[in-house]
Amino acid sequence: MSFFDIIQILDSTIRLATPLLLACLAGLFSERSGIVDIGLEGKMLVAAFFSAAVAALTGDVWLGMLAGIAASMVFALIHGVASITFRGDQLISGVAINFLAAGMTVLIAQDWFQQGSRTPALTGEARFDTLDLPFAEALSGVPFLGPLYADALSGHTILVYVGFLAVPATWWVLFRTRFGLRLRAVGENPGAVDTAGVSVNRLRYAAVLIAGLLCGLAGAYLATGLAAGFTKDMTAGRGFIALAALIFAKWRPWYALFACLLFGFLQALSNRYSTLDLGLIEIPNAFVLALPYILTVVILAGFVGRATPPRAGGEPYIKER
Amino acid sequence: MTLMQKFLTAAAATALSAGAALAEPGLIIDLGGKFDKSFNESAYTGAQRWVEETGGEYMETELASEAQREQTMRRMAERGANPVVVLGFANASTLEQVAPDYPDTDFVIVDAVVDQPNVQSIVFSEHEGSYLVGMMAAMASESGTVSFVGGMDVPLIRKFACGYAQGAKAVSDDIQVISNMTGTTPAAWNDPVKGGELARSQISQGSDVVFAAAGGTGVGVLQAAADEDALAIGVDSNQNHLHPGTMLTSMVKRVDNAVYDAFQAGEEIQPGVQVKGLEDEGVAVAMDEHNEELVTDEMQQRVDEARQQIASGEIQVHDYTEDDSCPALTF
Repeated sequence: MSFFDIIQILDSTIRLATPLLLACLAGLFSERSGIVDIGLEGKMLVAAFFSAAVAALTGDVWLGMLAGIAASMVFALIHGVASITFRGDQLISGVAINFLAAGMTVLIAQDWFQQGSRTPALTGEARFDTLDLPFAEALSGVPFLGPLYADALSGHTILVYVGFLAVPATWWVLFRTRFGLRLRAVGENPGAVDTAGVSVNRLRYAAVLIAGLLCGLAGAYLATGLAAGFTKDMTAGRGFIALAALIFAKWRPWYALFACLLFGFLQALSNRYSTLDLGLIEIPNAFVLALPYILTVVILAGFVGRATPPRAGGEPYIKER
Repeated sequence: MTLMQKFLTAAAATALSAGAALAEPGLIIDLGGKFDKSFNESAYTGAQRWVEETGGEYMETELASEAQREQTMRRMAERGANPVVVLGFANASTLEQVAPDYPDTDFVIVDAVVDQPNVQSIVFSEHEGSYLVGMMAAMASESGTVSFVGGMDVPLIRKFACGYAQGAKAVSDDIQVISNMTGTTPAAWNDPVKGGELARSQISQGSDVVFAAAGGTGVGVLQAAADEDALAIGVDSNQNHLHPGTMLTSMVKRVDNAVYDAFQAGEEIQPGVQVKGLEDEGVAVAMDEHNEELVTDEMQQRVDEARQQIASGEIQVHDYTEDDSCPALTF
């Protein structure tokens, strides 16, 4: 494995980690407020479809992205109404969202485009272009750090950088603002927040909608940044890997960044090498791919510190009369 | 009309329509979807051609999940479809169990062999077609590295990869062949994002021609190749039109002809194994207006020579599925 290989793997890691990261932060907002969200997958899928479809129809990727975000937020709202207002089971609502998204996207795609549940391939303005970070060209000559900056960090689409900036933003909102304090409190002890005269439901709706926004970005990145159009079930389980990353990150923003980068790195590694030769032992590809799940189970079992979910997670709040 | 009478009329109508549908052929589209621009789409095109030419009707269902295979096959047979065409190796074990229960129905399976008296098995010599596109890839490559992206890691897909690697090595011994599979579950047929990422990884390792045999995942591979200015080779259907200018060719597998012939034969269909190869154009290299600028005369000439040599037995292309090993590529 040469230095050049490592740069290429890191480049791939960043691309693969971005949708995971956005979805993971979405789950973080939702779960921190006490709403368990296994509908990340469905929201990403519906956003992927609408962003690709609108981008294909209008030829403008930005309109596509807005449509994707809107669709994802509508789905988030459905989850909110079911689990906050009507106090339904949050897991069941999440599963329903996933099924609804899988079926609905295929059906609408077939009706709109008649290309067998896919959108036409996007070209030109209908796709996110890659951005070169400032001075990437000039710095590429600097040993070691130059290529790292110019080849691995630079040259991604704008949503990648949005995803990475979302990490400090999430940290700031959750831990440095009044809204964040209340949001975290509502996930731990909604009764106390209610006693303080703050609306539990309004806070939870806000969290769920932020989750919708972030999932919308993740979906738009998949369909208009990485791929060039929507295909059936194109999220391929990324929403669930993001959930695993969320547990792995113990519901913390900076940990989420490292968890998603690690999971992305493992995927990039397995894409690159069919067997990983570590000198003494050879690790098969399938094991590298399974590692995210194995690591999550290890964390859940409490071997590496404790992963404590927000205490009020999954329970609808019933106001005492 | 009393309620009872209504029911009876309805029942009679159903019986009549069932009777009329007796000799309609049936087609079960496999996972990956009818419009995967590849394997299933090719089958669908064949069925449509039959409809256009004969004006006949046929029954069609599309599988939505692995668990529906048996149920769908049985329902198709019970609704009176004959013959029932099922697509893909993954149906083999199911058909093995279902076929004996419907001795009056004929089944056709594409891409696998099922040894039952009422089953016709159609298999293709994909290794020979892949050999030819492998030769073209090696001749078109400037970097000396070519690559392959497979869908689900199964012997059939390794057969493609193995044929491709042999063809590439036949042009030059020094050629490097990189091979990656998308996954080990059926989801691997439908993950264009991962397909694209695999292709990018291969291109960053020096590959400048990528062959995708991956169903719907292949769309992402071909797109990534177009984005990175590398050449790509499509599979099953002629995919040359998807990205004119970067599509070197497509390894066409005439699933459409297989379906068309099965529909045409109707109830007269002959059970047994049929192998479709280069001679009867069961597999072929796609040449059209979209790739004529990329294919040089030398390529065309050597491919034609190789085709004849394979037909005459002068070149023996190793079939991975025969002994689960490949002389030109390690997996």
